[in-house]
Amino acid sequence: MTEPVDATQEQGTSLWQDAWWRLRRNTLAVLSACLLLVMALACIAGPWLSPYGYEEQNLLLGAAPPSAVHWLGTDGFGRDLLTRILYGGRISLMVGLIATGVALCIGVTWGAVAGYCGGRIDAVLMRIVDILYALPFMIFVVLLMVVFGRNLLLLFFALGAVEWLTMARIMRGQVQALTQQEFVEAALSLGLSQRVILFRHLVPNALGPLIVYTTLTIPSVMLLEAFISFIGLGIQPPQSSWGSLIADGVETMEEYPWLLIYPGLALSVTLFALNFLGDGLRDALDVRAAKD
Amino acid sequence: MWRFIASRLLQAVPVLITVVTLTFFLVRFAPGGPFDGEKTVLPEVKRALEAQYRLDQPLWSQYLSYWGDLLHGDFGPSFRYPGRSVNELIAAGLPATTELAFYALLVAVVVGMGAGLAAALRPNSWRDYLPMALAMIGICMPTLLLGPLLVLVFGIELEWLPVSGWGDLPGDKILPSLTLGAAYAAYVARLTRGGMLEVLSQDYIRTARAKGLPEAVIIGKHALRGGVIPVVAFLGPAFAGLLCGSFVVETVFQIPGLGRLFVQAAFNRDYTMILGSTVFFAVLIVVFNLASDLLAAWLNPRVRGALRGQS
Repeated sequence: MTEPVDATQEQGTSLWQDAWWRLRRNTLAVLSACLLLVMALACIAGPWLSPYGYEEQNLLLGAAPPSAVHWLGTDGFGRDLLTRILYGGRISLMVGLIATGVALCIGVTWGAVAGYCGGRIDAVLMRIVDILYALPFMIFVVLLMVVFGRNLLLLFFALGAVEWLTMARIMRGQVQALTQQEFVEAALSLGLSQRVILFRHLVPNALGPLIVYTTLTIPSVMLLEAFISFIGLGIQPPQSSWGSLIADGVETMEEYPWLLIYPGLALSVTLFALNFLGDGLRDALDVRAAKD
Repeated sequence: MWRFIASRLLQAVPVLITVVTLTFFLVRFAPGGPFDGEKTVLPEVKRALEAQYRLDQPLWSQYLSYWGDLLHGDFGPSFRYPGRSVNELIAAGLPATTELAFYALLVAVVVGMGAGLAAALRPNSWRDYLPMALAMIGICMPTLLLGPLLVLVFGIELEWLPVSGWGDLPGDKILPSLTLGAAYAAYVARLTRGGMLEVLSQDYIRTARAKGLPEAVIIGKHALRGGVIPVVAFLGPAFAGLLCGSFVVETVFQIPGLGRLFVQAAFNRDYTMILGSTVFFAVLIVVFNLASDLLAAWLNPRVRGALRGQS
């Protein structure tokens, strides 16, 4: 992954080539990756290509079932559902990616420092993680949203802030195991600085489990976001995310079931694909116990 | 053993201190007070209310007196429902939530272990693939979608079961329990399968087979005990998660439980109620984690031996 050119010149296969080869043979994971790609592209390009705006109302039309004009039908305000799903998908996917990114940054730094420094620093840092582990997360996200207002940026950080703990633990374990290896000793004897060793040599080598866990964190973050929007604390109208669309759909599911089914389908298919891809990556990279 | 319990209980102390402190200050720094929303609150009335709820005192003194009350098991009065204490509100919501969590756990254990066992006994056959595919669906399908879909199918289309309520109509507990339990059943199924497959490949199982023991005895007496350890370790946190995570189900099915109370309290800025339920949930999590650790340790002879040696 880091230097593909070198890898092809050599005869041996690197860890990443092995993993890539194994992943490609996993049909389900490849399909999931393709599906995610299509979904992401559709969500990015769809709202621009669509002839309707996501908040464009057509009150005369009202809620109409799927038709040739509105492929997935319209909601009670006559807004095109497909456009709203794609637009909502942007937000849901963005929340998933950014919040996971936030979690990754905090977790990797925290865990790497704890694992590398060891001793008292390690003890203090990991005690904090242990304490935070026991907090009721959902409640804290709800609380943060209530306290600081319903703001998208905050949602990213609130979700990221509750999801970094496992990352920190994984990273710490990896770094601890890696520090025993010869190449770290070599780097030390070459007189490299601690920071270079930590971020240039240890972090990249610990990437495997992190990649797997990251892939599996994205769906759980998206689920949390959907939940927060579902109870009305996340995305505010007229904006939409898959969670808020499902919440709207639930209110009128008796009369207009498509308003529940299509957003639900979009969310669950994406979650499926992410989980399958994560499982595939775990098998490909041979990472154990990253999920639980 | 006692030392293990004691040390685990001691670990809970910083957790609870953090929860109380963090929640207390977070909630106090929130914009908008609990009495801002009402239309007809005169300034004098507001001041009187604030005095009654100690809001006129400095923050640190409020914080300390909150701790004082808390240590006496008193969560204080509710801001939103005058004359009712948070203890009363929690006590009112708890039975429905506990019952819901219990049924959901029952669903998880019965369905999950059944499916996991079926899969583990015939690995790589349809009896393995089908339950595991369903488990994958169960894990990926969000509760907030599963609940409404079940309502749509069984409540509205087929009209077999009531669509909402708790204990008002016969059968109205079935759909919420299924909804809440589904994801946990899926996890239990995967854990059971994994645990059983690992145990079944052990030497002592081969010995049992070589002795000619009937398969039912091998599975039921020898394999199951080791195979369910991961499930037991999962159940404690799961029950805590079921208790705390029932917001969605309680919202969808309009169940008057703790989850709905908490969401309402969050919307209403009912300070003491938010604080009280957060602390309450944290205590639940700590207790159930401890219980499941103990149970898992007791089931695992190696850990049991280590614990005995320790104390």
